Amino acid sequence: MSTLVLLTLTGLGLGALYFLVASGLSLIFGLADVLNFAHGLFLAVGAYGTWWTGRHLPYPAAVGCGVAAGAVLAVLVELTMIRPLYGRPMRQVLVTVGLAAAGIALLSAVWGTDPVPVAKPRWAAGTTHLLGATVPNDRFLLIGAALAVLAALLLFLRRSRYGLVVRAGVEDRSMVTALGIDVRIAFTLVFAIGGAAAALAGGLAATYFGSITPGLGGTMLLFAFIVVVIGGMGSVIGSALAAALVGLVQQFANYYAAAGVGEASAVLLLAVVLLVRPGGLAGRPA
Amino acid sequence: MKELLVVEDLDVRIGGSHILQGVSFAVPASGVTALLGRNGAGKTTTLRAVLGLVPRTGSVRFAGTELTGLRTHRIVRQRIGYAPEDRGVFAGLTVAANLRLAERDRRPLYDLVYELFPELRTRAAQRAGTLSGGQQQMLALARALLNDNRMLLVDEPTKGLAPRVVTEVAAVLQRAAATVPTLLVEQNLAVVRRLTDRVVVLDQGRVVHTGSLPSSPDRLRTLLGVGA
Repeated sequence: MSTLVLLTLTGLGLGALYFLVASGLSLIFGLADVLNFAHGLFLAVGAYGTWWTGRHLPYPAAVGCGVAAGAVLAVLVELTMIRPLYGRPMRQVLVTVGLAAAGIALLSAVWGTDPVPVAKPRWAAGTTHLLGATVPNDRFLLIGAALAVLAALLLFLRRSRYGLVVRAGVEDRSMVTALGIDVRIAFTLVFAIGGAAAALAGGLAATYFGSITPGLGGTMLLFAFIVVVIGGMGSVIGSALAAALVGLVQQFANYYAAAGVGEASAVLLLAVVLLVRPGGLAGRPA
Repeated sequence: MKELLVVEDLDVRIGGSHILQGVSFAVPASGVTALLGRNGAGKTTTLRAVLGLVPRTGSVRFAGTELTGLRTHRIVRQRIGYAPEDRGVFAGLTVAANLRLAERDRRPLYDLVYELFPELRTRAAQRAGTLSGGQQQMLALARALLNDNRMLLVDEPTKGLAPRVVTEVAAVLQRAAATVPTLLVEQNLAVVRRLTDRVVVLDQGRVVHTGSLPSSPDRLRTLLGVGA
């Protein structure tokens, strides 16, 4: 029983990280048709921003700085590199892949390629006894952060004017424009939201893994893409369900089969979903 | 009659196809002007080109303002309402959300919209994707009529609708056109005859007739390639 509880909470914690990366990725692809391979860079910048400012600031403030850095970078990337390339997907892929590589190289040049140890805040380093299991507190931190972001995103999408624009734009952005709405503002906004969420994932991943490397974003991005496809392009709820599913499958497979099987299981899950529900779990946006 | 929209030498190329080839016509500042032509003549593309939804060259002047340098949302904010051929409703959003999205004016004309389409009020919470074709068309027209526009662009509003709904839609267009000049793409000649005598006929991306609707059925068949 205690193993089940620990595996479940660890899987959900990992899924929470995937959701934070995938939600922005999904909105950006759903609205702007941009397959953003630089999304992992926003995560890495968030991780390094949290670590670097965490040496001088309390943990919540450091995470806030990392999130702000990720959001600002995402907005700059959208305005300067993506905006001139809307409607040219091949060039977007080349630019975002190149940007991701250049960003990793820059982080490596400044802080090296070796893992940088990140101290956990005292509460996150502790454990909680739950249903017979001793659960590291950072799992609750990850799950809580993901739930808060999910709630905030749903509130934004369902209650705000720009949320409405984003939901409509995911369906038919040309028609949104034909209603007299500058859909480019929504593009920039989803990049900011996506960058902030990915950077939050970076800051939390630093806490969860205990160290960061410039390539951290690339690894997470791979699973985030799987989550986006399983969840359904443009669907935040779909991303949340898929992230939880992938995290759980990965943890249980790694424990009950063999280490490494979890990663393969995530890919297998993707194949099954694509066969059974090609549109993803949600089947429709938001 | 004063001209509100003046299109000159409009050219559109999409992929390898030359869809519009030097299209020129004018729309007066009152009533309905019907844009006719057989399938593939370029009628829908003309409306989309006016709005900047497709890349185009040439000149499109609206109330003296050149539109070709403007982005689509700025063109629409010149107070042009648009109801597209495929209705363009957002299937995942409710009827109310579809209307809210279309609000541009400080005081949207909900009273008018609900007077014309009372069903939309009762179906406000229903997802637009679950509406019938006729109801979706009403929603598309309602969005175009929600703001105090100076012109309406309406693309095939009766396409695929039951005869009873066609009559309702035609009545709404007739009422709207009494106050807002309308450029209408329509295949249903009975509807066209009810609304206007002023037509622009396209064939293979060129204007082949401007003026009154030809009275001779043979001439109409020749122009439109359809039964008159």
